[in-house]
Amino acid sequence: MKLAGFLLLLAGWLLVLATLALLGSAPARTGFLLAGIGVEVVGMVLVARAHLPVQEDRG
Amino acid sequence: MTLSPLTVISPALSETTAGICFLLILLVPFALVGLALINTGLGRSRSAAHSMMGSLMAIAVAVLVYFIFGFSWQGFAGGPHHAVIVGGKAWNWIAAQPFFMRGMEFNGSYSSLEALLQMFCVGLAVLIPLGAGADRWRLGAICASSALFAGLTYPLFGHWVWSDGWLAQLGMNYGLGHGFVDVGGSSSIQVVGGLTALSLAWILGPRRGKYSAEGMPAAVPGHNAVLVILGCLLATVGWCGLNSAGAILFIHAEAARCVLVTVNTMLAAASAGLTAAAITQIRFRKPDASLTANGWMGGLVASSAACAFVKPAAAVVIGIIAGALVTFAVEWFEFELKVDDPGGAISVHAIAGIWGILAVGILARFPVAPLFSGNLPGTDAGQWLAQLIGIATLIGFVLPLTYGLNWLLNRFYPQRVSIEGERQGMDLHELGADAYPDFVTHADEFIQR
Repeated sequence: MKLAGFLLLLAGWLLVLATLALLGSAPARTGFLLAGIGVEVVGMVLVARAHLPVQEDRG
Repeated sequence: MTLSPLTVISPALSETTAGICFLLILLVPFALVGLALINTGLGRSRSAAHSMMGSLMAIAVAVLVYFIFGFSWQGFAGGPHHAVIVGGKAWNWIAAQPFFMRGMEFNGSYSSLEALLQMFCVGLAVLIPLGAGADRWRLGAICASSALFAGLTYPLFGHWVWSDGWLAQLGMNYGLGHGFVDVGGSSSIQVVGGLTALSLAWILGPRRGKYSAEGMPAAVPGHNAVLVILGCLLATVGWCGLNSAGAILFIHAEAARCVLVTVNTMLAAASAGLTAAAITQIRFRKPDASLTANGWMGGLVASSAACAFVKPAAAVVIGIIAGALVTFAVEWFEFELKVDDPGGAISVHAIAGIWGILAVGILARFPVAPLFSGNLPGTDAGQWLAQLIGIATLIGFVLPLTYGLNWLLNRFYPQRVSIEGERQGMDLHELGADAYPDFVTHADEFIQR
């Protein structure tokens, strides 16, 4: 899960870069930039969850 | 795509402005002293000497590594660099200065003053992760990690922001405002340092006894609130110098603009500190000294990016939001994410820094050319997008980079002290002597060893 999270972080950033290089119109660029940031947020959630300590089951 | 080293001559700086700038840069070491004291005060008493020693060693390693090759990759605006051409636009991604600062003339030019300021900035940035790794990060690992930070992570992002890199050129190349703007280092110093602190907190894991088996955090209060608050006051002096020197060197503001920069820096810090004190007073019925200090520092951090372009009232807004963000983020990291960050470095430097970057896009009003001799091409439209791209780069590129470097280092050279060392205390285990005389006792000495 940790590796997937970091890969998503990188993928989101590359989406942002690709948007800059490939898209010219302002609305499309804004939309894809926000989508890239959204991918990064998902990546951050995965990385953060992967680092949560395993809790002992006392049930 | 082509790779092309380009050379441009650095512009001249008047003798008076160069003198003022030099004096402002000499204030920056106060920020380093302040941060070192805060990190020490928020840690345990049995690791106090280790924390100060770690700060000194981290600064020493960072400055030397930066001198050897860090500066050659960061460079300065208008200096030689490598650019990749994508779609007809030059993406300036790394500087091409010689190693060991060869060829630099230390004569009061923009480039020489930038080199001087950057040596202090990299020293400040490497202190940030020490707050998150307190009480368990080995001295040798601190030095090795600082070398990676000063040699790779810091110069690369610093170049993109401050040395005409691709982020700074977003305005010129893609019409996104004036490009990514950060006057005093909210991003390149604070967020980069804060994300490295997060990486280290994850890699090192929490201190022994911090979390119960059920995942509930135990309170491990800092051992000396006096050091912490003294550190805040000293850091404020340093921050005024840092933001003012940054305004002169990185956006080419007139020296007179430093008055506004300093007023905004103080207002942001004061409002952030008061906000944190008020929130803790309401929630815990008493103001919390360490959270108030963290709030104050958060205000300083958030002020850096926009300090030259906002009105004083906007600086107060930046401070209030930063103070609130830091106060709640400290708790969120500790309770929800189970990240043990004794110095609050992640909340103060990463979270408040990100808010500071966003504040440029929301609150900054850029002066028109006749009133301002700065070098910011473009219009205000799209500024918030440029700032968002900077944040996306920090989270999507800098975090994986700094985590990966420290993870690799940890594979070959374990960064966390042994269980025995943690039980004994970092001072005795790594330095062979405690920070305080035998007759002084502290509450944390009685916490489970």
